[in-house]
Amino acid sequence: MSRKLVSSLALLAAGTSATIALGHPAKNAGAISGHVTFTGTPPKMRPIDMAKEPSCAKQHATPIMTESVVAGPDNALANVVVYISAGDKSAGPATEAVRYDQKGCEYVPHVAVLQVGQPLEIYNNDQTSHNIHPLAKVNPEWNKSQPPGAPPIKASYTKPEFIAVKCNVHPWMHGNFAVLTTPHHALTGQDGTFSLDGLPPGKYTVTAWHERFGTQTQDVTVGGAKPATADFVMKATPY
Amino acid sequence: MGKLFAVIVVVVTVVSSAIFISRIWWLPADVSVLGVGIDRQMAETMISAGVLFVVSQFVLALFVWQYGDKGDGRSIKIFPGGATPMVLGATLLVGAEIVVLSLVGTKVWAGIFLSAPDPKALRIDVQAEQFAFYFRYPGRDGTFGTMHPDLIDDGNNNFFGLDPANDTTARDDIVSASLVLPVNRPILLSLHAKDVGHAFYVPELRLQQDFIPGLVIPLHFTATKVVKKEIVCTQLCGLGHYNMRAYMDVMPEKQFAQWMADQAAQQ
Repeated sequence: MSRKLVSSLALLAAGTSATIALGHPAKNAGAISGHVTFTGTPPKMRPIDMAKEPSCAKQHATPIMTESVVAGPDNALANVVVYISAGDKSAGPATEAVRYDQKGCEYVPHVAVLQVGQPLEIYNNDQTSHNIHPLAKVNPEWNKSQPPGAPPIKASYTKPEFIAVKCNVHPWMHGNFAVLTTPHHALTGQDGTFSLDGLPPGKYTVTAWHERFGTQTQDVTVGGAKPATADFVMKATPY
Repeated sequence: MGKLFAVIVVVVTVVSSAIFISRIWWLPADVSVLGVGIDRQMAETMISAGVLFVVSQFVLALFVWQYGDKGDGRSIKIFPGGATPMVLGATLLVGAEIVVLSLVGTKVWAGIFLSAPDPKALRIDVQAEQFAFYFRYPGRDGTFGTMHPDLIDDGNNNFFGLDPANDTTARDDIVSASLVLPVNRPILLSLHAKDVGHAFYVPELRLQQDFIPGLVIPLHFTATKVVKKEIVCTQLCGLGHYNMRAYMDVMPEKQFAQWMADQAAQQ
């Protein structure tokens, strides 16, 4: 899968998050928007050799790259989960399922963002078996085998947690579940931008999480004279 | 009934021997320096064991045919001294054969597993894990970075637990999912297992060696032909064992140097 397609899917995921956020409208709703970038030298992403799984390798014209750091133009940072970590009074999880695909021996999207209690459906689109293994530490840990053509695996989590996901059959497969309490969340695409919509006026804490560069928080007020913004600058190291 | 059994014994003996003699079921072509000795040893073993097998089966068939109960009231004849001398004789004959084959075969076996590798051999680390093999080359500095099992992070391609932030020798280590080799150059593999027992098996190299967690097991060989062959795990290692494989890609020296340069550029 080309990087362009991956970024498109990431943007699609971000759009999905925004849609979820709009699913909880509020009176006089405002928004927090911003941009996530990095300073420093990020680690080099490396091509993934899928030679042992020809049915997956042939789906990629050129080898896909590892995705722990996906950078865009002007040091924009993709795959950052931005969410309201304090001040959100929205109630109840979204009911629509979040879709997580295994396609070409890759997790799409790289980060699935969902709420506590929100259903998650995991699909195997490949001609090979996968064994999905979310490495939960706060929530119960499980791993399930999923042969080709098997129905989706359905799951949900009861506690907020960032969970690394791996496949027990294909060691290079790596993704994340971001389990949040808030419906107000977004996933940055390759342009690094995000928008948290549908927020009533008030004070909020906005958190940005990246699997490699950690978390940052900012206090933001919605409803003032200026549009609320929050830009994050993550510190990158090459190793 | 006895005669039918004798015929079946002869047919089974002839058919099974013919399969081996015509090499319908045989090893794939050898591509290694050590394979010549192994193939010779294998042939000698098959011939000596095969001759004994054929002779013993024909004798069995002959006796069943000739001396089976024909329902004519003859008394059962017994060898002088009973069965004991026969059993002892057969045991000694087969035992002697096994001892001789073992002694002769030890030379070939020791040549692989007990001999010292070529000091100029290309050193490659192998990490076996559920359910893949990874191969590490020392990079431009010729030195492997230290392995830290607690730093192993498959999702970030850190299959060997390297610490490039603090260990400068680890920064240029080349890690590949295929075993890429120069032809006719001695190779020394160091086998590591991350989790459970695995095995390295390449029939064309005539090599099969287990991985044991906690042990670093050396294995040396020289590939003599430009080929691409499968490396498979032959120790049942879990759910995805059937899918644990990699490829050994043997290429001319010049092409190998280019591959190394390409890999180094990606580090």
